[in-house]
Amino acid sequence: MSQSLARNPQLGQWIRFLEHDRVRIATGKVELGQGIVTALAQIAAEELDLDPDQVVMLSGSSDNGPDELYTTSSLSIMDSGSAIRQVTAEMRALLVERAARRLNCAPDDLGIERGHFHIAGESTGQSYWTVTEPGDLEREADGTAPVKPHASYRIVGRPVPRRDLPVKLAGGGFIHDLDEPGMLHARILRQPGYSARLAGIDGIGDHVRIGNFLAVLGDNPHAAEQAAKRARVRWTGERELDPTRVDAYQLLDLPSRDHHIGADFADTAHDNELTVSRPYIAHASLGPSCALAQYRDGHLTVWSHGQGMHPLRHSLARALDLAPEAISTIHVDGAGCYGHNGADDAALDAALVAMARPGRRVRVAWSREDEFGYEPLGTAMVVRVSAAVDSAGRPVDWTTRIWSGPHVNRPGTTSGHLLAREALPDPPPQPVPTDPPLSRGGGATRNAIPLYNVGAHRICWHLVARTPVRTSALRGLGAVPNVVAIEAFLDKLAAAASLDPVEYRLALLEDERARRVLREVRDRARREPGQGLGFGFARYKNMAAYAAVAATVTVDEAVRVEKIWCAADAGLVINPDGALNQLEGGIVQAMSWTLHEEVRFDAHGVASLDWDSYPILRFDEIPEIDAWLTGPRDQPALGVGECTVGPTAAALCNAAADALGVRILDMPLTRDRIVAALLAGDDPAP
Amino acid sequence: MAGTWDLEVNGQAHVIQAEGSEPLLHVLRDHLGLKGARYGCGLEQCGACMVLVDGDPVHACTRRLDSTAGHRVTTVEGLDAPGLLAAFLGEQAGQCGYCLSGILVSVKALLDRTPNPDRATIAAALAPHLCRCGVHARILRAVAKAAA
Ligand code: FES
Ligand code: FES
Repeated sequence: MSQSLARNPQLGQWIRFLEHDRVRIATGKVELGQGIVTALAQIAAEELDLDPDQVVMLSGSSDNGPDELYTTSSLSIMDSGSAIRQVTAEMRALLVERAARRLNCAPDDLGIERGHFHIAGESTGQSYWTVTEPGDLEREADGTAPVKPHASYRIVGRPVPRRDLPVKLAGGGFIHDLDEPGMLHARILRQPGYSARLAGIDGIGDHVRIGNFLAVLGDNPHAAEQAAKRARVRWTGERELDPTRVDAYQLLDLPSRDHHIGADFADTAHDNELTVSRPYIAHASLGPSCALAQYRDGHLTVWSHGQGMHPLRHSLARALDLAPEAISTIHVDGAGCYGHNGADDAALDAALVAMARPGRRVRVAWSREDEFGYEPLGTAMVVRVSAAVDSAGRPVDWTTRIWSGPHVNRPGTTSGHLLAREALPDPPPQPVPTDPPLSRGGGATRNAIPLYNVGAHRICWHLVARTPVRTSALRGLGAVPNVVAIEAFLDKLAAAASLDPVEYRLALLEDERARRVLREVRDRARREPGQGLGFGFARYKNMAAYAAVAATVTVDEAVRVEKIWCAADAGLVINPDGALNQLEGGIVQAMSWTLHEEVRFDAHGVASLDWDSYPILRFDEIPEIDAWLTGPRDQPALGVGECTVGPTAAALCNAAADALGVRILDMPLTRDRIVAALLAGDDPAP
Repeated sequence: MAGTWDLEVNGQAHVIQAEGSEPLLHVLRDHLGLKGARYGCGLEQCGACMVLVDGDPVHACTRRLDSTAGHRVTTVEGLDAPGLLAAFLGEQAGQCGYCLSGILVSVKALLDRTPNPDRATIAAALAPHLCRCGVHARILRAVAKAAA
C-alpha cells in the first residue's frame, strides 16, 4: 500500500460522488506547473471507467483533502497516483458488486460507461451515483482490490491536455489574482538576518509590528508598495558577510558533520581525480511569493502556493501558537517554484498581519527584491571523484567526496521553520540541518553513487551545517554536481584509455534500461564541424527515471548550445505529453544553471536582486530540443520531473570540454572561466 | 498628481482617478480588475507585465498612467487571437503559465507585423520575456504554428 494511502486510509478522504455524474478526487499534491493534477485525474478516470471530464479535482486542502506532506522529488505519481489508483479500484469493485446484487447478475456481466452500468450494451438504470451509500466513504482502503492491467488502459498513457492551461492562457488562475473589496495589502520590511534587531522606524503609516517583524499596510497593492518605499527602518546587530568568501570552495573550510557511506576507505592510491563545483543558485520563480490570510472568530484561513498544505498548517500552528484545527490552508496556484522557495514564508507573513487585523482579508506580495533576497537558496557544492583504474582503464575502486550545505530546511521538519518566526519574540533556535536519507534519494548524496560498475565505492560527505545563507531544496538537490562530476570523470578516464566515451560507459553498465537510453541518444546525436559533443547519463536518485542527454555546442566567447537530444525511460507514463514537457523544462533549466546562474553576495547577504544580476537563459539561447520517451511502459511509473537536470548539465560540461580542448570544472561556464581555462590549458580535457 | 484620466482598455473607455505616476500595471490589475498582465520584477526585465499600447508591446510595470492616458491599451484579456490560443493549447506550451500572458501579447504584436516569422525572428521578439519553467521550445513551436 502506498505511504499516502497508509497515512489517509479512509476512502472518503480521496473520493466523493457529486451530482451531474461527476466524481471528486482529492489529492494532497499540488499543481506547480508540472501537470500533476491532470495526470492524477487520468488515473482516477481510468480505474473508474469515467471520462476525464467527469473527474473534478480538489488539490491541496488541509480541511478536505488527504495529507500527503510536500509535493517534491518527482514522487507525486508514485505516492498520490498509486493511492488514487488503489482507492478508485476499491470503490469501483465495491459498487460493481452492489450493483450486481441489486440487478441480480454476476459482477462480470456488468459493463461500465461514464459510470453507468449496462448489461450487454443495455442500460440498467443503475450507476455509481445510484448505488453508492454514505457508509462507503467511511470505509478504509485495504489495498486488496485488483487494479486494471496496463494492457487495458485507454486514458492512462495517452496525452491529455492540461486542465489548468486554458484559464492561464486567458490571463487568470493565480493566487496573485485573488481580490476582494476591502482587502488589506501588506509589504514586509524584512529583518535582514537572524540576529538583526529593529532599532528605529521613520516615515511609516499604518503598520503591524511584532518584535522584529514589520509589515506596512495599504488599501491597494500600490499604496502598500509606496508605503514600503517611504519607510526608513534602522536595524542593529546585523551579522556581516565577507562576500569574497561566500562561494563553493568556502565549504571546504567550514565546520562540517562528516558521514561515510559504502566501502571502507581503502589505502588504494587513486591517481585519477577530478573536482567540480556549483555555486549557490536561486529558485528564481517568475512570480514572487504571495499569500492571503483571514482571521475570523478564532479561525485562521490561509491561501498559499506552497508545496504542502498540511505541513504548512502545522508550521503555522507552531509559529502562531494556535491549534492546527483552528487553521485551514488552501492551495492556490502560483508561479513555478522548483523546490522550497518563499511561498511558505509569505504564508506566515500574511497570517501574522491577519491576526493583528482580525476580520480583514490580508494579501502579502513579495517584491522581486524580496524574492531574490530572502528565498532559501540551492546550496553550493564541491564534489571530488577519484578512482583506481585497472589495466583496461576501467575504474575498480571509486571514491566520491562531497562538501555541501543542507538541502532541506523545510518548515515542518525538525530542520526548518518559517522565516518570520526568527523575527518574533522568542525566536526558535537555528535549525539543525538535515538531508533526506539515501533511501529517499539523499540530498547532497543524490546520485553520488554511480550506476556504473566501478568496483568498490564509497562516499565521504561533509555536511556543512552553517552556510552563510539559508539553503533548502532546489530541483534535483545534489544530483547536478554529482552527475556532472561522475560524467566528466568518465570522459576523462575514457580519453585516458583512448576509448569512445559512450562505448566506455556502456561497458560499465549492466542495467539494460540504462544502456538503452544511452544508445538511443548516441545513435541520434550528430555533430557538425566545429562543434563539441558531450554526453550525460543518470538514473535520477538511482531509482526514478533514466535519462541520457547529448549536447552539441560551439564555444567562442560564450558556450552556445546548438542542439540537445534526450532519451528518457520512466516506465509507465501517465501523460506522455506532460512528461515530455517536464523533460524539456528540466533541460532548459539545467542549461540555464550550467551556463549562467550564480547568486552574488555583498556584506548584507544576497546582492543579485534582479534579473540583470541574476541572468537566466533567454529565448535566443534555446537550441532545438529533441526529447523522447523510451523503454518498457508496462513497468511501474518512475518520477520524471527532475531526471534530465543532471544529465543535461553533464552533457553541456562535456561538450564544452570537447569543443575547447580544456575542461572547465566550476559552474557556471561563464566567459571569464572560458578565457581562464584556455589560458591555463593545463588540464587537458578528455 | 492625483487626477482623472481617460484610458481605453480592450476597446472600452474608462475614466481612472489616480496619481498620474501610478504604473499602468496597477491601474489594470487593481482599478480595472484585469489580472492578465502580471508583476514579475517591476524593472522591464521579465516581460510578465507586457501589454499593447497602440499596438506596440509595452512594459506595464514601468509605464506611467499619465503617459498612457488617451492611448489604446490591449491586455491579454482583450487580445482576440483565437488562432494563437489554439496553437498554444495544441502544443501544450505552458507549465506554470505565469509568463504566458505577457508572451501572448508580444506574439500578437509580432504576428500583426510579421505574418511569417522564422524561428530567429520569433526568438528575438520574445527576448524581453523570461520563462523559468523552460517551456521555450514549445512556445517557439506554437508561435510558428500560429503563423503558418
Ligand atoms: S514586471 Fe514588467 S518586466 Fe517584469
Ligand atoms: S511556464 Fe512557468 S514561467 Fe513560463
